[in-house]
Amino acid sequence: MFGAADERVGFLDVRLRRDRWICARGALGRVLPAALWTALAGVTAFWPQADDWPRTRELAALALLIAGALATIAFLGRRLGTIGERIRHWEPWLAALATLVAVWELLTAKLAWLPPPFFVPPQAILEVYLDEGDKLLECILYSGLLLGQGTILGAGIGFLAGIALGWSPRASYWGHPILRVLGPLPATAWLPFAFFAFPSSRSASIFLVALATGIPVAVLTWSGVSSVNSAYYDVARTLGANQRFLVWKVAVPAAMPHVFVGLFMGLSSSFAVLVVAEMMGVKAGLGWYLQWAQGWGAYANMYAALIVLALVCATLVALLFKLRDRLLAWQKGLLKW
Amino acid sequence: MVAATTALEPDIDAGLSLSFRSVSHAFALADELLPVLSGVDLEVQGGSFVAILGPSGCGKSTLLRLVAGLEQPRSGQILADGEPIAGPHPSRVVVFQDPTLYPWRTVEGNVALGLETRGLLRHRRDRIGAALRLVGLERFASAFPHQLSGGMAQRAALARALVNDPRLLILDEPLGKLDQLTRMTMQNEIVALWLNARFTTLMVTHDVEEALLMAQRVVIMTPRPATISEIIDVEMPYPRHRNDPRLIALRTLALERLGLGTYA
Ligand SMILES: Nc1ncnc2c1ncn2[C@@H]1O[C@H](COP(=O)(O)OP(=O)(O)OP(=O)(O)O)[C@@H](O)[C@H]1O
Ligand SMILES: [Mg+2]
Repeated sequence: MFGAADERVGFLDVRLRRDRWICARGALGRVLPAALWTALAGVTAFWPQADDWPRTRELAALALLIAGALATIAFLGRRLGTIGERIRHWEPWLAALATLVAVWELLTAKLAWLPPPFFVPPQAILEVYLDEGDKLLECILYSGLLLGQGTILGAGIGFLAGIALGWSPRASYWGHPILRVLGPLPATAWLPFAFFAFPSSRSASIFLVALATGIPVAVLTWSGVSSVNSAYYDVARTLGANQRFLVWKVAVPAAMPHVFVGLFMGLSSSFAVLVVAEMMGVKAGLGWYLQWAQGWGAYANMYAALIVLALVCATLVALLFKLRDRLLAWQKGLLKW
Repeated sequence: MVAATTALEPDIDAGLSLSFRSVSHAFALADELLPVLSGVDLEVQGGSFVAILGPSGCGKSTLLRLVAGLEQPRSGQILADGEPIAGPHPSRVVVFQDPTLYPWRTVEGNVALGLETRGLLRHRRDRIGAALRLVGLERFASAFPHQLSGGMAQRAALARALVNDPRLLILDEPLGKLDQLTRMTMQNEIVALWLNARFTTLMVTHDVEEALLMAQRVVIMTPRPATISEIIDVEMPYPRHRNDPRLIALRTLALERLGLGTYA
């Protein structure tokens, strides 16, 4: 009898200890990212350097700044509402990132186990952003403008062509073979032709990006329009719809999910074409910057531009997802995304 | 409900009259021709309520598609007010067997379709609310079709038809997916609406009792290729009651004609 009671007490005790451990781990988890970023700042600032790298103090200051921000968020806790919730979701990632940068810092700047020039420490990349920030920004703007013009042109033409192909038998008769032959050709294969046929390398690049975006958009819009449930047309026709209504108010909205698949495909192939076009002919933009940095052996600049390029592409894809979520909210109940 | 019905008072009050002149139709199936309708002759008076009964797959929906103008008969003619039907017209509105709401439009947007196609949306927007109230969906005006039950979707399809002041309302098993309770309410609602608005109603149903409760004439069709085997005139005033001995007698007759005499 006593034994059983003891066991129960023991069980309670274990539970208590476990709860406390969870609490402690929760609290630790809360401060861990800030602690790790502080540690990174400390390592960067006080560990003796193998080489003399400029901007080391700025790197330490940046790490400390991030640590301060994270500590504030941890301290404010639930008072931050949904924004705090979202940041908290990324806490493990932020902690891992600090660790990664610290290891990188140690292996390059501090211990020099990974030798320059191919391996560069984090402060070298920070240096690029601080010293050549405006030049990089110019490249982003240039690439962005080219990409924007090309994709909007291509998506617009592809969309209209897809509707025509899906709607009109004559357009389909003439368009189908053309798309069948030219569709599979990668847009980059047009590069030599474009640079020779267009008056400027800029217009050639816009053409290439438009082509890369337009073809998948056209193909998918077409398949979307031609797979619309014919009962939808019957409904509209009995209610007095004319051809224009059938195209723009029935076929197009019904085809929209397909159109977005085309847009996603087009956007990713337009990134590839953009970078190649800038490397080959255009004397500006992120692709050109990458090529130029590599040519001069400026590896820090190359990595810096690579990071920027990845962020730009990821942001554009995320924006397209946002747009789709808005326009195709009605689909949410029908499919799993 | 009464207020809603008056709000939906029609702009044109005459029901469309129909005459079917030996209408035959067939579908190309693989490489042979599948005859579906063979020599259908029928006169439908303007403003009357006609129900069509027949075995599954006999060609009832096909007949309605011809009346709607979505297809042309292979031979014969269908006249609407003496004019051959050449194509769809918003005065002949269909509630299809399948609700086919547009999934990208809200319930309200779906109901607005007919007003939109005719450019009346701006002036007659009030009719949308009235039609939704009539079918009891006013709280779901901004819901998307995937958020509705099967019966609610069918009621939304009915509302979509009713906003258009039809002169002919074509109903293809409009109450097929409803539960008994909603079904009985909707039967009364449709009859009340028809009595009030006096459009012609052509309704396909599988339910003998429903046909006899609602319609003035019940047309019974043979199996495919369908012809008319019997027309039963239901000369009973509204509202009708399902326990009325005259109705029970007619039900026995109808079931017999459908070849279900042993179950009557
Ligand atoms: N578009 C089509 N192409 C080929 N055959 C068709 C087509 N539409 C209908 N049919 C055929 O025509 C026949 C009649 O179809 P219909 O839909 O008119 O039947 P129904 O009487 O409405 O049946 P139910 O009561 O089951 O709805 C069926 O055998 C069907 O297979
Ligand atoms: Mg049918």
